[in-house]
Amino acid sequence: MSDTNTSMVEKYRNNFLKEVEANVEEGEWVKMCMQCGVCSGSCPLGPHWDHPPQELFMMIRAGKRDEVLESTSMWMCTSCYNCIVRCPRELPITHIMHGLAHYATRLGIEPKNQPTRKFAQLFWDNLARNGRVNELKLGISLYFMNGIVEGIKTALGMAGIGMGMVKTKRMNPMEILGGHTVKDKKGFQAMIKKAQELEAARVDN
Amino acid sequence: MATKEYSFYPGCSSQEGASSSNYLKSVNTMCEVLDIKLNTIPDWNCCSASIGYCGGGELPRLALSARNIALSEQHNAGQDIVATCAACWLATKETQERLEMDGDLMAETNQALSEAGLTLKNENKIRHMVEVLIEDLGYDELGKHVTKPLEGIKIAGYVGCQTNRPFGIEGESFENPKYLDKFIETMGAEPVEKYDKKVSCCGGALAFSEPEKSQALIKDIIEAAYDGGADMIVTPCPVCQMNVEVYQDKINAKYGTKFSIPVTYYSTLMSVAYGKSGKEAGLDGQIIPAKKLEDIAGK
Ligand code: SF4
Ligand code: SF4
Repeated sequence: MSDTNTSMVEKYRNNFLKEVEANVEEGEWVKMCMQCGVCSGSCPLGPHWDHPPQELFMMIRAGKRDEVLESTSMWMCTSCYNCIVRCPRELPITHIMHGLAHYATRLGIEPKNQPTRKFAQLFWDNLARNGRVNELKLGISLYFMNGIVEGIKTALGMAGIGMGMVKTKRMNPMEILGGHTVKDKKGFQAMIKKAQELEAARVDN
Repeated sequence: MATKEYSFYPGCSSQEGASSSNYLKSVNTMCEVLDIKLNTIPDWNCCSASIGYCGGGELPRLALSARNIALSEQHNAGQDIVATCAACWLATKETQERLEMDGDLMAETNQALSEAGLTLKNENKIRHMVEVLIEDLGYDELGKHVTKPLEGIKIAGYVGCQTNRPFGIEGESFENPKYLDKFIETMGAEPVEKYDKKVSCCGGALAFSEPEKSQALIKDIIEAAYDGGADMIVTPCPVCQMNVEVYQDKINAKYGTKFSIPVTYYSTLMSVAYGKSGKEAGLDGQIIPAKKLEDIAGK
């Protein structure tokens, strides 16, 4: 367990709803949910969620902290925004799902092997370094994220798609040598660092 | 009509040698015909799409879009910001809204921006290219430039998620937006009536991390297009375009289907209907060639 996680458990004791309200992006909306279930019927990957959004909101109120934060469910959110436009209480459900996933990551208790978690982290690392996303590097790290043998298998399976993209100039193998970046990398990275510090000051205390 | 100018946010997938570089090609061609001048935001950065949330918390993610808006204010003062990518548009617009509503976040965002020597006023409108086409030009104007009507092509207008929700296009419904069908009609082609996967999700970024689950969604999107008698699919979103086009072989192998349906952008259609060459329309970027459009472009 990370230090932050331990101190959060200490700080909020039996009030997980309060913890979510204070620390999760748009978390203050959770109490507005009236449990109608409309959102749960909206997720494109719904059958694969252990706990659909409505249930997660109920579990938050019931104080099921570990079950919520360690869940793979919110990592199945495709950001389709079906739920947001349908929710009678206008909860920003998509953002709460992202917020829960991020908060679990911040505490170090997220489901480590969940594939979208790995992809999302790679995506962030790629962009935070260069300011822009380099699709080829992202793709290669993605294929190898499950280890070298799996990676080669996946890469071979995707080779046809890669060749099609290269042929139509929609993927550039030379990108591996450098590729897309912002010019003001220094300013960009300083900005991200500052934003992270300010956020940490708000969340971790 | 006088030249219209906008501050342009192209986004990562449109970069040279990236997955939607052909989108940018056709957008540039279309804009030239329509006398639209796009002033690219200098040194723009990634918006983190909808997938940056693992490593990036709220403030770092807001700072990303805030930097783009601030650069736009500095270099393209007073101009509306226009994005062609649904995710770019959405992330930038969400940032604008969130910062408008929350003074503390706005102050912290500006504190972070000052590290890069920037400040944000947050005053310019953030728009999708299709809004510019519909609201600033209008269907009549779009139709006026057609020299080669796309006769005899039936097209499924696949709007997808993020160009449609949560903001959508003014005056359109979330369940059945009509603008893409109207574009198709205006270019002289025939839209598929009642395309029932019009606003369904293709899996978005999860097509990478959850390929099988996403491909099941994509299969339904393509099947519904065939059911409607479509020759091709057209979309306003680079993620939709890529997901629906490139996995067809994989889907065929898994489900025993025989999919081979081209997927292009609205701007591809317009470039061809406006009499431009296949190359100018970005048709050389098709992995599944859009034969019918090529034929018209080659005439
Ligand atoms: S749709 Fe809204 S009110 Fe209904 S269960 Fe979901 S979050 Fe709660
Ligand atoms: S945005 Fe996420 S939570 Fe909402 S319906 Fe789509 S997948 Fe479900």
